[in-house]
Amino acid sequence: MATLKLNSVKKRFGKTEVIHGVDIDIAEGEFIVIVGPSGCGKSTLLRMVAGLETVTAGDIEISGKRVNDLEPMDRDIAMVFQNYALYPHMSVYENISYGLRIAGVAKDEIARRVATAANMLQLDAHLKRKPRELSGGQRQRVAMGRAIVRKPSVFLFDEPLSNLDAKLRVQMRLEIKALQKELGITSLYVTHDQVEAMTLADRMIVMHDGVADQIGAPLDVYANPATQFVAGFIGSPATNFVPATSLATPRSGCATVGVRPEHARIVHSGNGHATGIVTFSEALGAETLIHLALPSGEQFTVRQEGSMPGRNPGEHCGIDWPPASEIHFDAAGQRVTAR
Amino acid sequence: MEKRVIFKGWLLPLLLLMPQVIITAVFFFYPAGQAIWQSLFIPDPFGLKSQFVGLGNFEFLLGDPYYRASFVTTAIFSGLVTIFSMGIALYLALLADRLIKGAGTYRTLLIWPYAVAPAVAGVLWLFMFNTRVGVVSWYLGLLGYDWNHVLNQTEAMGLVVAASSWGRISYNFLFFLAGLQAIPRSVIEAAAIDGARFWTRFRTIVWPLLSPTTFFLLVVNVVYAFFETFGVIHTITGGGPQQATTILVYKVYSDGFVGQDLGSSAAQSVILLLVVGLLTVIQFKFIERRVHY
Ligand SMILES: Nc1ncnc2c1ncn2[C@@H]1O[C@H](COP(=O)(O)OP(=O)(O)OP(=O)(O)O)[C@@H](O)[C@H]1O
Ligand SMILES: [Mg+2]
Repeated sequence: MATLKLNSVKKRFGKTEVIHGVDIDIAEGEFIVIVGPSGCGKSTLLRMVAGLETVTAGDIEISGKRVNDLEPMDRDIAMVFQNYALYPHMSVYENISYGLRIAGVAKDEIARRVATAANMLQLDAHLKRKPRELSGGQRQRVAMGRAIVRKPSVFLFDEPLSNLDAKLRVQMRLEIKALQKELGITSLYVTHDQVEAMTLADRMIVMHDGVADQIGAPLDVYANPATQFVAGFIGSPATNFVPATSLATPRSGCATVGVRPEHARIVHSGNGHATGIVTFSEALGAETLIHLALPSGEQFTVRQEGSMPGRNPGEHCGIDWPPASEIHFDAAGQRVTAR
Repeated sequence: MEKRVIFKGWLLPLLLLMPQVIITAVFFFYPAGQAIWQSLFIPDPFGLKSQFVGLGNFEFLLGDPYYRASFVTTAIFSGLVTIFSMGIALYLALLADRLIKGAGTYRTLLIWPYAVAPAVAGVLWLFMFNTRVGVVSWYLGLLGYDWNHVLNQTEAMGLVVAASSWGRISYNFLFFLAGLQAIPRSVIEAAAIDGARFWTRFRTIVWPLLSPTTFFLLVVNVVYAFFETFGVIHTITGGGPQQATTILVYKVYSDGFVGQDLGSSAAQSVILLLVVGLLTVIQFKFIERRVHY
């Protein structure tokens, strides 16, 4: 059990700075998910915590101790890699016990711990196999097993589920969450999948171009995005953005108005805050997504109950929403009125 | 498992195989057959007629202390050449693998010696260590060491081993470097996080994953030391002093072309043929199931 703290951490590769100062404060046993689009610096941040990349500026502290200059093996962490990084020439048992054997743990203690981990991960039947004889999901579990037997103080995960198919991903997601709660180990988990982030995180960090745009509980972030980027990235379908001046009654004090698809509804043409022409609609059964083009050129998506009447392409409609659900941003994409 | 092409007639497959068969026949089966045939005879000194002796040449060789000594010399020589050329190459490859800047230049420079023919390499080393005009032996002399590989058997062996290993290091380096770079970075990183420091990682991860490369190089280098080092030995020591550097291949040459004992020379070639055959079988046996992991 440990705390993890990042103090304005920066990273430069040569002349290009890819992390522009990130502050995170993680409490004991917390599950933190870093989410962001590809290339925003998630892996780089995680690798700096692991000690696989040097820190250009700022401090990383584990349980109050500065670890910037410690080697990976001296940081008491475990990491699960995206491609699992299993040792191909070792059996599952040897893979899981590798760290313990190096640490010189007694043989029977190793056997006991591996057995516990294998049991937890349903790997008992495969302990003698080589990684190449395992399925993707089983390999993923071996990587997890390798991380948990050492009882590290911090877990690091770099997109551990991205190589699995959709169904397995959902299952493993639940297993990881349950395992982390059971072990209570402080975890930092990287993903570009916002659903994964929403479901796993105690708190999540939305990263964008090397900056942590927002840190908070998933539902708080969803309800109160701090920036236009966060509003657009978290939630699917994405938040609609309308120029403040193009509305029926132009808003003052902001440049862009954000409206979640579930807050908007279709009304008669001429009514509501905006008008649009239906481009196409997707009936998904329980709900229907209606996509419209606004006169200003923006796309707008309305999400409605599947039982409500559908709309045909080319139809002119009004779009309405409760004013209280609007999210206002300034020209730089920052939230204007915190509510 | 593998896809096979099924031919309807036999003419096309025969034609397709022909070039390979002809080349093998002309350059391998014919001379090998000749050697086997000749190994059963003892020609007279003038080469006018020869007398059939059956396996007499072989019997004589196996009882010949010089031939047995040559076997030992060959074992020592090829063992040393293999160990040095592979050991140094692996060390350099490990260093180069950690290199980020200038890796290309470094690699290119290291590859150059491979382009030098063994005989030329031999001459280079001979000049450096020449007992009268050699740079190295002169400096050794200043240090109070009297280098003389013409008389000293150990020094002679050391010199041919060094000269033979030198050119070989480049070749081994290339393979080792490729082998090292084929090991996924994340596997090494995972081991580091698991607590393994550089040497532990090398022993438990890198070396086992490198073993197919190492084994391949082992066989190739032994074959090299057995056969292709002729030029080095010929230019530097000529097999001397007192046959201290007469490896099997050199003895085939010196007995046959210098000593004019063609029967014995042919018998020695046949024995060498068997040795290569054995090495090749070992290599294929292992390469077939080369994935030890
Ligand atoms: N070793 C490196 N040298 C130079 N630039 C690098 C290096 N590693 C990463 N970068 C750059 O840093 C930025 C962040 O990379 P990073 O791998 O952290 O992204 P990511 O958020 O993990 O993306 P993904 O979701 O695709 O894995 C990228 O623009 C990348 O090009
Ligand atoms: Mg990444």
